[in-house]
Amino acid sequence: MQGVNWVALTIFVLLFGFITWLGFAAARWRKGDLELLHEWGLGGRRFGTVITWFLVGGDLYTAYTFVAVPALAFGAGALAFFAVPYTIVMYPILFLVFPRLWYVCNKHGYITAGDFVRGRFGNRWLALAITITGIVATMPYIALQLVGIQVVLGAMGISGTGLMADLPLLIAFAILAAFTYSSGLRAPASIAIVKDILIYITAFAAVIVIPMQLGGFGKIFAAVTADKLLLAPPGANTTGAYSAYATLALGSALALFLYPHSMTGILSASSGRAIRKNAALLPGYTFMLGLLALIGFFAIAAGIKGLPEFAAGFKQFGNNFAVPALMLHSFPAWFVGVAFAAIGIGALVPAAIMSIAAANLYTRNIHREFINKNPTNKQEAQMAKWVSLIVKVGALAFILFVPTQFAIQLQLLGGIWIIQTLPAVMLGAYTRWFNSWALLIGWAIGTYAGTTMAISAQLKPTYPLAFGGHIYPGYTAFYTLLLNLVVAVVLTLVFNAMKARAPAADATAAADYHA
Amino acid sequence: MNASPKIRSAWSWWYLLFVVQFIGVLWPPFYNKVEPTWLGVPFFYWYQMLWVIIAAVCNAVVYVVTEKS
Repeated sequence: MQGVNWVALTIFVLLFGFITWLGFAAARWRKGDLELLHEWGLGGRRFGTVITWFLVGGDLYTAYTFVAVPALAFGAGALAFFAVPYTIVMYPILFLVFPRLWYVCNKHGYITAGDFVRGRFGNRWLALAITITGIVATMPYIALQLVGIQVVLGAMGISGTGLMADLPLLIAFAILAAFTYSSGLRAPASIAIVKDILIYITAFAAVIVIPMQLGGFGKIFAAVTADKLLLAPPGANTTGAYSAYATLALGSALALFLYPHSMTGILSASSGRAIRKNAALLPGYTFMLGLLALIGFFAIAAGIKGLPEFAAGFKQFGNNFAVPALMLHSFPAWFVGVAFAAIGIGALVPAAIMSIAAANLYTRNIHREFINKNPTNKQEAQMAKWVSLIVKVGALAFILFVPTQFAIQLQLLGGIWIIQTLPAVMLGAYTRWFNSWALLIGWAIGTYAGTTMAISAQLKPTYPLAFGGHIYPGYTAFYTLLLNLVVAVVLTLVFNAMKARAPAADATAAADYHA
Repeated sequence: MNASPKIRSAWSWWYLLFVVQFIGVLWPPFYNKVEPTWLGVPFFYWYQMLWVIIAAVCNAVVYVVTEKS
């Protein structure tokens, strides 16, 4: 790889230094008693429409997304654009379901999905299943954020051997861990504002400047081969790429808000109204994600892969190197520093929220439920702070000692696992008609079927479902969610017919779900 | 909890504006083609980007009318 890009690195380090200061200063922002878990782990539920927009935007559209989606467009073409319908259809879901969850969680002091399910269905084992699924699905996701940092560090020419090679990543991580510990959710909320502004600047600059350099969009798309330009039309007896595209979009949208970090970001809003407003405002990020996906095509048109100075980077990072390489190729060094800082800081925001969310889950739904049933408020908050550190060390170990490909595959499986919590959490926001044991068995069967299907499909996200002589390739998570729902409905009817046992009390009342 | 005191659980016909979005973007046969291009961008791409804006407007409309009623 080429030498260190000092100009870019200087800008990068300056911006990193600024957000480090901001992360610590955030402890005093909208001041609250950080020895209470809802203050540390939910920012005191005090974020209005604008802060929620930055926080949830920075939380859902992660650095990894910004690297991986253009990388997929670069490698696989049109299929990568499923990220756009995915991040369109998720907002009606946000609008309808999450204000209800916000009100009931606010009323009862719930801070996790596990808390809600425990109260709604009165079944600690179902709540435990929701909790473990959330933690397990989150861990590889945190690890993947670090891939974003690794790629931009590598692109700036930082390399070394042994400990030195990992040192910059360790420093970034130590910063992340320290400000999360001291400031809780206020840290990523304040940093998200800086990060999102940098990302928007980068995206719009790239979409205006690079096509001018390459001679316009017509020339760019002319350089994309026909097989990548559109989805392959399905052949006979199969729905081909069409069903894969649509189910990837819909399944991903259903799964996203079930992730603990999404829940944490949404529950930190100051009202259900702030959430509904954001269903109309957050598509701003979707638009930017679409622009970024197009950058993958810019990289094809610029012939990035054939340039000798980037050969080493592609060898090390694969197609994930496409966007950083294009930035280096197209922008002056100082702007490369801004763009890379956007990606690097963009990794810290979701990583911080994810570790807080996992810590909240462990503290509330495992430790308090099964180990120490009556902690003081201070003990509870302190436990969450420690767990957030442990979670991050775990993710760091993951990325240092396990091949990146493994983290990517686990994150894929994570999507299949997390969607299995939909019946209890999202449908639970509307009804407690389901028997809680039926939900638990549905969860278990969905998780098992999804895992085995994904492994039999060589850990590709889609599974070629054969039915009645036709093949319907589709997102494994989506298919197994349907299976899960069928099991939950049938078993609820069976258990009701058996009058197996009186349902446990519902701690929530219908009126709790509204303003 | 100082939001509006209204009960807002009821179905609203305006929610059909949500359904429209699902149909518009989740049926690839509608848009899996190159022509007509716009500023050199194939239909597949600008159609879906246009839907981002339509969806945001739909959601804003639903917000405003359900908040008022």
